Amino acid sequence: MKITDIFQETYTALSANKARSSLTILGIVIGIGSVIAMVSIGQGASGQIQSSIEGLGSNLLTVSPGAAQQGRGFVSQGRGSAQTLKNEDVDVLRKIEGVVAISPERQGRYQIVSPLGNNTNSTVVGMSPEYAQVRNVSIENGYFVSDANVRNLGRVVVLGPTVATDLFGEENPVGKTIRVNKLNFKVIGVLQSKGSAGFFNPDDMVFVPIITMQKILAGGDYLSSIAISVESQDLMPQVQEEATMAIADKHRVDLESLDFSIVSQAEILGTLTQVTDTFTLFLAAVAGISLLVGGIGIMNMMLTTVTERTREIGLRKSIGAKKKDISVQFLVEAVMLTVIGGILGIILGWLLSFIISTLSGLATTISLSSVMLAVGVSAGIGIVFGYYPARRAARLSPIDALRYE
Amino acid sequence: MGGVEPWEGKDMINCKNIIKTYKNGDIETHVLKNVSFKINDGEFVAIMGPSGSGKSTLMHIIGCLDTPTSGQYFFDNKDVSKLSDDELADMRAEKIGFVFQAFNLLPRATVLRNVTLPLIYADINEEKRKVKAEKALHDSAFPEEFWGHYSNQLSGGMMQRVAIARALVNNPMLILADEPTGNLDTKTGEIVLDTFQRLHMEQGRTIVLITHEPYVAEHAERIIHVRDGNIVNDEKVKNRRIANNHGHH
Repeated sequence: MKITDIFQETYTALSANKARSSLTILGIVIGIGSVIAMVSIGQGASGQIQSSIEGLGSNLLTVSPGAAQQGRGFVSQGRGSAQTLKNEDVDVLRKIEGVVAISPERQGRYQIVSPLGNNTNSTVVGMSPEYAQVRNVSIENGYFVSDANVRNLGRVVVLGPTVATDLFGEENPVGKTIRVNKLNFKVIGVLQSKGSAGFFNPDDMVFVPIITMQKILAGGDYLSSIAISVESQDLMPQVQEEATMAIADKHRVDLESLDFSIVSQAEILGTLTQVTDTFTLFLAAVAGISLLVGGIGIMNMMLTTVTERTREIGLRKSIGAKKKDISVQFLVEAVMLTVIGGILGIILGWLLSFIISTLSGLATTISLSSVMLAVGVSAGIGIVFGYYPARRAARLSPIDALRYE
Repeated sequence: MGGVEPWEGKDMINCKNIIKTYKNGDIETHVLKNVSFKINDGEFVAIMGPSGSGKSTLMHIIGCLDTPTSGQYFFDNKDVSKLSDDELADMRAEKIGFVFQAFNLLPRATVLRNVTLPLIYADINEEKRKVKAEKALHDSAFPEEFWGHYSNQLSGGMMQRVAIARALVNNPMLILADEPTGNLDTKTGEIVLDTFQRLHMEQGRTIVLITHEPYVAEHAERIIHVRDGNIVNDEKVKNRRIANNHGHH
């Protein structure tokens, strides 16, 4: 039996019962389509988080006060609550080779009121001018905080774009005076928008000089974090180690009982990627269940077909078809159903992810690997769920099959 | 054995002490008890018996669809009784053409495709298929204008002639017809019987016809009577009927 003959037989058989074939294919279409769409959403989300994190500054190490809590990742460290990081630690860190810039930071949340009467509650970050370089932010309008502002205890503030819009709407805030925690600050600049990084929004922040933050707004000369920009990716582990030693030495603590922790951006990214990967896997698993149901539909249809066509099988055997010919024919029918379903499913999945990305702004990506996987999986499902019906057809004895009413 | 006697080479079918027993749990049914007979090349034989006589089982064994429980069956001087399923399939593909009571055509395929079907399993290439199928349709007197029709659009008599063309298409040694007129009225039955008689007389084909009707059996040259799993009579037909083809052609 030639391949063209098999395909012609398959075409005839499948087109003989179009409604049933279509409904069975639909099961696979939905299964494959949802797997593709879900994986593309997951990969899109993960890609977006990754690019946002990278946008926050490259080759970044973050020093946080308090001991690292083993196994809980960076999100749940008691950041800001411990008061072990001091301004002097920054000077120690500057001596380390490979360090490009250091940004000491102190955060708090305060009520902010504009002269227009709008108010918002936002994160106020006290920082030095190096912040812009380390955190990769740039000014849209006006000026960033200068060294002079820091030294002079200047009551100046730079607004994140979200805060600027909340307080001033379309008006230009530069030069206006706002009240942060009931104290007057002059707006000297507005930052460019960076977009949300998933867990926090750098656009929804305001920035004041670090000393002003410590002395006037928050009180206490400790820091909530120190961000270190390292010269290159390769130097990251070395700088991380030296920084740990230097601060430990300064704090007079041994390495087993550190009162601070240093995480690299790669570690943060790793944690987040792990989260999004788990999320993607979960979505794909849910979609995979519908694929399984589709496969069972294929098997159901093929078993019905074999029963219905028992006489045909008997006839084919009587005119010389071997077991192999019969089983190949039924197997190809099942695989054909799933492959057609798989191709339509890819189109459906692509449409779904396109619609989702249009509606939500999430940049979904359909990778070649997920398409290849979908085609492979659907053909595999055809083989797995078509095997048993095909074997049953092939094993029918020609006499019984011819007699079958 | 000598094997030089002139009749030996002409044996197409040689059944020696064929026994067929079906077991269903503890119950054994002896369908064929001890059957021996020969059919020569070029004969037109009817195997006749009432239902339950074992004639269908005999037909299955002759047609290489089944193997006997014991005994030997030589088809074209080859012992078929010990062949595997796939070897039996090859025998059917190359040497036997079947015609069934219920026609057994593929309903959603054209006449031409139905006739071509056995050639697919006999691995014959496409150009040859068409030539062979057209010749077989001519031989079974199937009108050319219907070749492209779907088989389920045809009348019973037409369907059976498609089935005969399908049986002829690979130029088999033996045509085995199981109650070929059973689903047809008398008139179309006559046409089918006429086709068999012409194939026998004009082309010298070997035909074995299984039937329970004496009237149908009398169109053959020889009748083997089967009853209760035994051959009770094997005789030449004295007043052979010639099918009256009512104005066909």
